[in-house]
Amino acid sequence: MDNRYAISLENIYKSFGDVTVLKDVSFHLKKGSVHALVGGNGAGKSTLMKILSGVYTSDQGTIKIDGVPVKIDDAVDAKKNGIKMIFQELSLSPTLTITENVFLANELKKGLVLNKKEMADKTQALLRELNVDAKPTDEIQNLDVGIQQLVEIAKALAADAKVLIMDEPTASLTDGETATLFRVMQDLKVKGVSIVYISHRMKEIFQVADTITVLKDGAVVAEKPKDEFTLDSIIEAMIGGNIEKKMEYMSRTAPIGDDILLSVEHLTVGKVVKDVSFQVRKGEVLGIAGLMGSGRTETLEALFGLRKMNDQSVVCLEGEEVKIKNVSDAVNKGFALIPEDRRRQGLVLGHTVAENLCLPNLKKLLKGIRISRAKVKTLTDESISSLAIKTDGADIGMLSLSGGNQQKVVISKWLPSKPKLLLMDEPTAGVDVIAKAEIIDIVRKFVAEGNSTIFVSSETSEMLAICDRILIYKEGQAVQLLNRDEIESEEILEYAIQH
Amino acid sequence: MQSNTKKKFNINDYMVYIIFAIVLLVFAVWLGGTFFSVSNILNITRQTGATAVMAVAMVFVIGLGHIDLSIGAVVAESAMIIALVLRETNSIPLALLAGLSMGALVGAFNGIAVIKLKMPAFLVTMGMCSVIRGIAMWMTSTKAVPIANGTFNFWFGAGSIAGIPVLLIWMILALITGYFFLSSTTFGKRVMATGGNYTSAKYSGVKVELITLKVFIIMGVVSALAGALYAGRMQTARFSYGDGVEMDVIAAVVLGGTSMSGGNGSVVGAVVGALLINMINNGLVIGGFNTAQQTIMQGVIIILAVALGNIGTIRKGSR
Repeated sequence: MDNRYAISLENIYKSFGDVTVLKDVSFHLKKGSVHALVGGNGAGKSTLMKILSGVYTSDQGTIKIDGVPVKIDDAVDAKKNGIKMIFQELSLSPTLTITENVFLANELKKGLVLNKKEMADKTQALLRELNVDAKPTDEIQNLDVGIQQLVEIAKALAADAKVLIMDEPTASLTDGETATLFRVMQDLKVKGVSIVYISHRMKEIFQVADTITVLKDGAVVAEKPKDEFTLDSIIEAMIGGNIEKKMEYMSRTAPIGDDILLSVEHLTVGKVVKDVSFQVRKGEVLGIAGLMGSGRTETLEALFGLRKMNDQSVVCLEGEEVKIKNVSDAVNKGFALIPEDRRRQGLVLGHTVAENLCLPNLKKLLKGIRISRAKVKTLTDESISSLAIKTDGADIGMLSLSGGNQQKVVISKWLPSKPKLLLMDEPTAGVDVIAKAEIIDIVRKFVAEGNSTIFVSSETSEMLAICDRILIYKEGQAVQLLNRDEIESEEILEYAIQH
Repeated sequence: MQSNTKKKFNINDYMVYIIFAIVLLVFAVWLGGTFFSVSNILNITRQTGATAVMAVAMVFVIGLGHIDLSIGAVVAESAMIIALVLRETNSIPLALLAGLSMGALVGAFNGIAVIKLKMPAFLVTMGMCSVIRGIAMWMTSTKAVPIANGTFNFWFGAGSIAGIPVLLIWMILALITGYFFLSSTTFGKRVMATGGNYTSAKYSGVKVELITLKVFIIMGVVSALAGALYAGRMQTARFSYGDGVEMDVIAAVVLGGTSMSGGNGSVVGAVVGALLINMINNGLVIGGFNTAQQTIMQGVIIILAVALGNIGTIRKGSR
């Protein structure tokens, strides 16, 4: 009996309907180590971890804890075995306080009544350990997403988990918060806690993991200690080829003219964006880089009529001043927004691909006063084929698409209205490397036709691959404007953002 | 990751038709000719008319993720206004204009309170229900108002054309109009997108507030029309019309496969749901059950029907 491993998953199979998601996957988690799980969206990482945490049950295969086979049929079993998953989608109750969330279903009692004092004290201690600037009595709904994520982690710590599963825990954390999280992870390792770490950010994986397993199409394609991997070898294993070319800056196929498409002066949005001015030329990709909360999203949302800009703000489109009071104004002017949170803002997840694609284009689909089925079919077929959206058809629910393909739906629903300016807010968040490259390509094609894009992203490599100029935001102000050819490496851009 | 949400044959979507067929069969076998005769079937459609018309509009309200509890009171108030205007002027257009305008006003008030004051529709419309019902009682100090206009009574309830009750024609008209709007117009698509994800619809350029207002106004107008159908059928207006009908209408819509949380809806399902509820009532009356027993049975059948639908979902394993 081998009990070096906290958890062993052996020969796991799982399919949903006709789709096989995992085939013969084995995964061994050493005690007191951080084991990274990487792979494209749809590779099966989340499914595997959901099997481990009892959300799904496997069709075949064994789960062993300390070498002993166990059954994990639901969340209660997982909890009993000390397994705790921190979900990508936050699972906190928005109207409860931090303490109430941390001890939910795990309450401390004194006789029959809740021991509120002890719970509050323990929460306070956890928050201090995680460097969280919040009180145990704060309600979750009033906190930033980054802090919510840390509360989620505090909740797992309070449950005394032996195995922690973290699915993209840093997606909404600042660099400082990420560093704190990594420090806490080191402490946990020393205490003998084992951690499964899922992330798309390779740099973090190299920083934090001891072992790396690469999944592709539901099967393990590589499993080695971290030191035996390089960034290139991981990416190669993930996609089975070299895609480095796509993420490099490519010189423009069409030159950028001198014509200004959009000119923004003294843009001020509440207290988050302060007196920002910039111009976007026709055929140009303007990047906006900055830390979370620096006003990037608010700038895009104001241009799209979702936020009110102050009176001194002037927006000129092709030399003429325009007033954007609501989304319809923005759409009529040829703007399109790919919002930050595709699940909440970009898509009606319960509806089909076709319904989502048609929503902003309904007027174009009319024949008289009724929507023409033929036109709907033409539009959806064209959208699906032109952006190579992988779906079993137009009448498939959005939920059965991978993140990357969902994002392509968000982008392509705007294209039939022939926008002149795409406002993209973290368009590649939570999508795999391949879809990322495809999205970058879509933007390249879009601007090659003489259109323009404002591109907001937290990934510097991506910004460097696509942007012609990059505006650096800091605390709501535009502090620097860099030409792409002035930026020689990611470090220079990262430095500009951090300082 | 790959959750099973493909659009395959989903028994849930057809549950109302299956239950309808079963109930019809059970009554036909049990009660024979008294139940399963042309005259009784037409009678059921006549009783269902007003409920079905309102259920069609309610599909849009519930599909939007809201609810309207004021419709029963609007039925009564509209019937009273129409009867009073008819008594004073004997003009059908004028009477309808007055009644339907009142419905539009109530709907507009509900909509504005929901949009601007961010009040839950449940509370706004519950309050409105009481206010409007009170006004209907007050207008004639609870006295009934008879309607002497034969043309009105013919077209809004009592009449038949070539053996087909006028109320059945109203029901079919509502069905066709509602189905068309839901499946083939920008309005229907926008309503369901707003109900499915309000934020995303707004980010897609849908005027979500205006859509909400329109849906509540339509619900008000349609309820007022249903009031005319009550008045025409009874050739009288009473303040007590439509008492509790909102529950029948909501039950019909939900039985018909519209989700209470919004985002989808079926007009045909709602009409069949309304027919089902009235068929159960009718069958139980013919079967000799008393009012108490009917009430109990109706509740049991509704719970069973919804439960059957949910069991289908649970067994599919979609959490």
